[in-house]
Amino acid sequence: MTGKLVLENLKHRPMRSLLSILLIGVPVTLILCLVGLSHGMIADSQRRARGSGADIVVRGSNARSVTSQSGAALPEKFLDYFAKRPHVAVVMGVVSHSAELPLIVNGVDLDQFNRMSGGLHYLQGGPFRNSDDIILDRYYAEQTKKRVGDSIEVMNRTWRVCGIVEGGKLSHILVPLKVLQNLDSANGNLSQIYIKLDDPANTQAVIGQLKQSLPGYPIWSMEELATQLQETVNSQGLHAFILVIMGIGVVIGFAVVCLSMYMAVLQRTREIGILKSLGGSKGFILRIILTEALLLGAGGTALGILMSFGARYVIETFQPASFQMEIVFSWWLRALAITLVAAILGALYPGLTAARHDPIEALAYE
Amino acid sequence: MNSGPIIQVRGLRKIYRVGKVDVPALRGVDLDVPAGEFLSIVGPSGSGKSTLFHVIGGLTPPTSGSVVVDGRDLAAMTDAARTRLRKRTVAFVFQKFNLLPNLTARDNIAVARYIAGMDSKPDPAFDEILRLLGIGSRLDHKPSALSGGEQQRVAIARAVVNHPAIVLADEPTGNLDTENSKAVLEVLRDLNQRLGQTILMITHNPEAAAYGHRTVHMRDGRIVE
Repeated sequence: MTGKLVLENLKHRPMRSLLSILLIGVPVTLILCLVGLSHGMIADSQRRARGSGADIVVRGSNARSVTSQSGAALPEKFLDYFAKRPHVAVVMGVVSHSAELPLIVNGVDLDQFNRMSGGLHYLQGGPFRNSDDIILDRYYAEQTKKRVGDSIEVMNRTWRVCGIVEGGKLSHILVPLKVLQNLDSANGNLSQIYIKLDDPANTQAVIGQLKQSLPGYPIWSMEELATQLQETVNSQGLHAFILVIMGIGVVIGFAVVCLSMYMAVLQRTREIGILKSLGGSKGFILRIILTEALLLGAGGTALGILMSFGARYVIETFQPASFQMEIVFSWWLRALAITLVAAILGALYPGLTAARHDPIEALAYE
Repeated sequence: MNSGPIIQVRGLRKIYRVGKVDVPALRGVDLDVPAGEFLSIVGPSGSGKSTLFHVIGGLTPPTSGSVVVDGRDLAAMTDAARTRLRKRTVAFVFQKFNLLPNLTARDNIAVARYIAGMDSKPDPAFDEILRLLGIGSRLDHKPSALSGGEQQRVAIARAVVNHPAIVLADEPTGNLDTENSKAVLEVLRDLNQRLGQTILMITHNPEAAAYGHRTVHMRDGRIVE
């Protein structure tokens, strides 16, 4: 019967109910989008790193973390040195340059890259032929609406799109290695060196040897890179940012529910008096108000989840290369818990006010 | 009419505090109501009739004096105990019907049973009451779709669904036209005569008061005759 009372109350003021649900849903969407973007973008970086075909990556000694990719502090002569080490099958030098955030342009030697990754799958066009040639993956080509032969501005320079490839290998944007070295005044230098081994089982042994001979240089297996990518992004404030957004979500949810339920209690003063005249206890009145708030919270969470699917569709349609968003199911329950806590807190004051109403005054309320 | 008082009021005083001023609403009321009586209470506005009902119904505690309802002294009861009293012992019928506007007539009746801790489906004897009230075909409508007379009969059904010892009807015909007033009064009289329901009814209308077995008059917070 409590459920029926609550449902009928919600149906009786549909605009109030829908607006409350919408306002609760917005912070839920914010939380889910933020978490989904962090998961999606890290997963995309990890997928592209693994797609390079390498087992080990070596960065310049100035690269403090896995997310430091610009700069070219590795001498190119390291390529020969690594190539002669035991178990090393292929080495590839790459120069990285931050383009429009969060995208990175990689300068590659396509021969080395093909041997390491097994080759690029061209959807249109083909490899570099000129110094102003650029290869885009299909996500960046879709995002910028470019086709082979089109011009594109990247790094304040006009390039000609020579090929569009399937994504998932190293970078969304590739240019010839020598060209990017020239542009960055980094001739003879590299940002990172990728190493493919004869057998991935030798990875830790080779890393151990390399670390001994090159102390101070960050050397990671691709799995370590993937793990550290996640940890570094989290430690670089993302976790705190998510907490702040969650806090904002709780405050907004609290305020919306408090205001909505306070109005509802005022509008239903007489009805509360009626329930009290029938013998309804304070606990019964409080339970009705809290149940209604919980339903609003649950409805807001459901709407927030739906809107997060909409946000993902918009991101995938308009920014497929720059941003990737995953639907993180494990956060649905957390979002629900956050919203319900906010709803309960928000409904407590109006609920207690209703429960304490003097029945005679409430019955006389017009 | 059964014998023995089901309501016994002695020296009842009720003083309301309005701002910094004490307003005496009841100034020493003595009243005995035998079980099964249909008692009419008349008097001018401000004479304390409704306050007497509020105290007997446990909506507000007495300031002094004793009010024994169905063997229990309300003066000694906590707010929670008086709330429990309204579940099954005392029920109200109001001038403005006071049905929950979002619920159908059937659900308005079911709420009373739910609050009293009973099954939402009324017992078979209640069918006889519904027949008496003549609202069987209107139960699935919300109050806004019912006439005033029908709403008041639903309110009466809600009041008696838990078989309370006492029904307190506060001007039950005050918002009704003559025809509907007559119908509601006849229903109350039928409930009293057929089921032995104790009913106290406040009214301004002498014709309505005549439906009761006895009429008491109130003025300035006292029973005067």
